[in-house]
Amino acid sequence: MFLNKNPQLNKNGELHHLLSIDGLPLEILNQILDTAESFVGVTQREVKKVPLLRGKAIFNLFFEPSTRTRTTFEIAAKRLSADVINLAINVSSTSKGESMLDTVANLAAMQADMFVVRHSESGAPYLIARHVGEDIHVVNAGDGRHAHPTQGLLDVFTVRHYKKDFTQLRVAIVGDVLHSRVARSQIHALTTLGVPEVRVIGPKTLIPGNVESLGVHVYHDMAKGLKDVDVIMMLRLQNERMQGSFLPSPQEFFKFYGLTADKLALAKPDAIVLHPGPMNRGVEIDSGVADGKQSVILPQVTFGISIRMAVMSILAGN
Amino acid sequence: MKIHIKNGRLIDPASDTDAQSDVYIAAGKIVAIGAAPDGYTANRTIDASGLVVCPGLVDLSVRLREPGFEYLATLESEMNAAVAGGVTSLACPPDTDPPLDEPALVEMLKFRAKNLNQAHVYPIGALTVGLKGTHLTEMAELSDAGCVAFSHADAKLTDTQLLFRALQYAATFDFPVWLRPQDAGLARGGVAHDGQVATRLGLAVIPVCAETVALSMILLLARETGARIHLCRISSAEGVDMVRRAKKEGLRVSCDVAIHHAHLSEMDIGYFDSNCNLTPPLRSQRDRDALRAALADGTVNALCSDHTPVDDDAKQLPFGEAETGATAVELLLPLTLRWMEESRLPMSRGLARVTCEPAHLLGISAGRIAEDANADICIFDPARHWKICPDTLKSQGKNTPYTGLEVKGKVRYTLIDGQVVYESA
Amino acid sequence: MSTPTLAEAETLLAELTAKMRPHVTPQTGLIGIVTGGAWLAERLHSNLGLAVPFGTLDVSFYRDDFQRKGLKRKVKPSAIPFDVEGRDLILVDDVLYTGRTIRAAMNELFDYGRPARIRLAALVDRGGRELPITAQFAGAIITVDAHDSIELTRDASGKLSLVMQKP
Repeated sequence: MFLNKNPQLNKNGELHHLLSIDGLPLEILNQILDTAESFVGVTQREVKKVPLLRGKAIFNLFFEPSTRTRTTFEIAAKRLSADVINLAINVSSTSKGESMLDTVANLAAMQADMFVVRHSESGAPYLIARHVGEDIHVVNAGDGRHAHPTQGLLDVFTVRHYKKDFTQLRVAIVGDVLHSRVARSQIHALTTLGVPEVRVIGPKTLIPGNVESLGVHVYHDMAKGLKDVDVIMMLRLQNERMQGSFLPSPQEFFKFYGLTADKLALAKPDAIVLHPGPMNRGVEIDSGVADGKQSVILPQVTFGISIRMAVMSILAGN
Repeated sequence: MKIHIKNGRLIDPASDTDAQSDVYIAAGKIVAIGAAPDGYTANRTIDASGLVVCPGLVDLSVRLREPGFEYLATLESEMNAAVAGGVTSLACPPDTDPPLDEPALVEMLKFRAKNLNQAHVYPIGALTVGLKGTHLTEMAELSDAGCVAFSHADAKLTDTQLLFRALQYAATFDFPVWLRPQDAGLARGGVAHDGQVATRLGLAVIPVCAETVALSMILLLARETGARIHLCRISSAEGVDMVRRAKKEGLRVSCDVAIHHAHLSEMDIGYFDSNCNLTPPLRSQRDRDALRAALADGTVNALCSDHTPVDDDAKQLPFGEAETGATAVELLLPLTLRWMEESRLPMSRGLARVTCEPAHLLGISAGRIAEDANADICIFDPARHWKICPDTLKSQGKNTPYTGLEVKGKVRYTLIDGQVVYESA
Repeated sequence: MSTPTLAEAETLLAELTAKMRPHVTPQTGLIGIVTGGAWLAERLHSNLGLAVPFGTLDVSFYRDDFQRKGLKRKVKPSAIPFDVEGRDLILVDDVLYTGRTIRAAMNELFDYGRPARIRLAALVDRGGRELPITAQFAGAIITVDAHDSIELTRDASGKLSLVMQKP
């Protein structure tokens, strides 16, 4: 009843933790994107490093394994000259022994300045943020189905890079929206930045009820949903959801919702294709499209470093 | 012990009384209302000026956590909490460890509770052995040991044939069966209402149809077996509507709502407040409003606290991993008063939901103030404001979604069998 | 509150140009520090007719007051459109004061490569140095109260002015 205050912002309304894009003011979103723009230059230099976070200790706390995301955060932190400590915490050991909050309290006692948290349960980073001291910042690196804010930010950064103006765009998000923290973060980022039309496309089993309340339009037919869009954001389909009660088979999913050259042709000729990775070729996306000239999947990865540098440096300074 | 309660505002929902009237107690009973009986001299006089004198509250669901969960709460702590909340009779669900599926367990609980000289405890027996959903319990034996009804608590019961036979068997003896309508398959893995909050927060959902599908099955079986059925913790507008229609049809069904569902909605989850992780889940504001209306019109017979003390270790977890439930037996009165005030209901009507109505469902004679009735009485200050703070709660469970909420109405005296068992300044 | 006692920025810029002219070659690299220094670098670049395009540097990521101030101001990307390795460079800033910004700028420059030489040009040198840094070229050397701040502004037509802010 009384936990309704946005826990991401400090008393001055500045970003203290990055937990979700939901509830972030437009100015902060733009500040992150603009700062990331400056870091793009840094990462192209001879020395790809700035001294900004020298002496800061950043803990990568991964309660759910993810080599890729952890690596991008690690590179970003190192390029800011911070000390990075990677901790892969086996969830089974936390449930038996030390609680998550005890683990966090112990690390905080080691003079941590920032926690980058990945957890399989929605909301876990909020719990951590509520229990750490005021001088520690928390970055959500993906929690359950809830949010993956740095991914959402790097996606809109990529869109801005290629399309410049958000206010004229039609964007489609395709696939397993129900289980996707990426989709939720993308939706909040796009709508906050003023994208007039965001569509989600997928079978009814993979689209959450009430998703319209997030400001999107629902399509179940790729041909209709992709018509005249400027940006296509493909989502990853987890292996365990390919067969069972959500979908009958990956083949059937690919046939109706996989992005092929034919389906891509329905979008605008200059439409760009994004995917958060890792890709399931032949399930969500055809290899020809993934490697094709409209694909911006690799630039996404590059921009991801700059976005994470921007987030960490803004947080550390607030 | 003779106690004279004077100058109080007497509210007795059973007789629709709301009047300035004195109450005279002797030998555990109410001996007179209004004028003193001849030759009455009180050992103690309680001045109830400015206070409401009403029947002690009857709470249909209080988890005392004994046996088996003494690390969460003890009989002593929770019985203290109950009288501090003006609760003088309470029913406890069978989901203890082991579950209340054997007469000896029930007798032990009743014995332990009786020795505390506090609220009357009415155990609800387990419907199946170990609440496993495979074998019927010895209901008649359990009834003899003191069980007033049989229930499956929140444990899943997926074998429809077994449920059918359990209802037939209970109907043989006319034992009431208390069921919490929730389809186990539809609710599987879910932690929140299938609404905009779960969509935004990415929480796995328990759709309304988990309740309505189970309800329609239970109602059909009720019609088939003629069993007396009490439906526990209805949470949705559709659910309460089905109960309304079933009652109109003449089925022997009653239902209750937890006080939380009359006040809170999915919105209160805010940013993953695990104190709002409840069973059934908090639903939409529309559902909450429908429950309030059904409470007012009597479709919902009773309000209960669904008191569930949980320790910090089990609540200080991500929302979906946290244990469900809230500590609430001490808050039942002020939260009921809050609902009545917001719904503009007269006290004598609203208080029926926590006094005579639940007493009737339990088949006990409590919940009323009348000559010859047991002197189980709650005296409270209706104007006193206070702020809910977990640390001042008597319950061992500090898990409340209402921290910081300012409420009105504070219990001053609780009397059980004519003895003052709780008083506060 | 502005006081009109400061010299006209445009006059100072002309003086600065004149002082620098004998000491530059078409291959000299001008690097202006965002924001005022970048405006000046643009003007100096055209006044001096240099062949190499000018660069701009935003030193936010190298400042020594990040701990206290964080990244409040909007950061602009640094853009150095030439190879600094072995080049003769002139850093350009509007007001030279403590020298900390120049230190940050030099640190950043070295992350681009190893220049042959770095000199410093400032429109105004107001004294008050906290580091061993000096300007080889200054439009004017003035003394200002420590609490006052001087800022370079640019209007829509591109005209530069100096504004003094009293606390």
